[in-house]
Amino acid sequence: MKTVQTTSASTDANSIRKVVSVQAPQEVAWRVFTEKMGTWWPLATFKIGKANAVDAVIEPRVGGRWYERGDDGSTCDWGSVALWEPYSRLVLYWQIGADWQHDPSLKTELELRFIAEGKSATRVELEHRRLDLYGARRDEMRRIYDTEGDWGRLLEAFAQTAHAAAA
Amino acid sequence: MAYACEILDALGDPTRRLVLERLRGGARSVGEIAEGMEVSRPAVSQHLRALKAARLVTDRAEGTRRLYAVDLRGVEALRSWLDGFWGEALSAFKAAAEREAAKEVKAVKIKRRSNHENSANDVRKHRRE
Repeated sequence: MKTVQTTSASTDANSIRKVVSVQAPQEVAWRVFTEKMGTWWPLATFKIGKANAVDAVIEPRVGGRWYERGDDGSTCDWGSVALWEPYSRLVLYWQIGADWQHDPSLKTELELRFIAEGKSATRVELEHRRLDLYGARRDEMRRIYDTEGDWGRLLEAFAQTAHAAAA
Repeated sequence: MAYACEILDALGDPTRRLVLERLRGGARSVGEIAEGMEVSRPAVSQHLRALKAARLVTDRAEGTRRLYAVDLRGVEALRSWLDGFWGEALSAFKAAAEREAAKEVKAVKIKRRSNHENSANDVRKHRRE
């Protein structure tokens, strides 16, 4: 059975929506998401730093950082906290460019809604929106490809980034 | 990061990087790409297929020729990667939250039991007195 439902059928091409039902009280779901992200975040699938990532951290306030911590103590920003409403609503800025680098000027939004379903279950809705902002970068990419710079070198740099991220 | 791995594999070969380099100026046919290269035309075709699979190039028919160009649909690929990623992340989150909830329920039960035992002891103690 698929536990995570995709509801992108709702047509907005610029957003991704997911829903999951969790057998945990709303407050527990919120705490595990925000305070214990490092215990469940798929760091093997997504991290951007050169170091081995060992933790994912959200600073609990509007404007707080959202980052990964490496085993060498270094940190790499992923984004920041846009809205902090315990235990029901959280909006994060996901500021990762198409080149897998942190880009503070790119503000795609990740909203999480924690909806209590009785005392011991929570419906968690995720929406990643403003993906159209990546589209705006496409023209920049095109300019880079078409004019300045060495295609090969650019691709090698991307390959290295992808390799570091996938390693 | 399946997509990044595909790209990585596709770019692991210097000939493929050279093929992409040649497409920088615009769409070209296999013959134009292979011109002056040390590898054969069929080999170039094979590299183009790999690049296409990694969504790095696209092709289209123009008259009797097939033209290859750089694929700029990286945005769509990124979106599809994110879609899969959030599914994976939420599944992992669900498992962690349910583990935590089960742990807390257990802790509450133990606390209740020990409270109960303490109060039973208190009663016994009280009776002795």
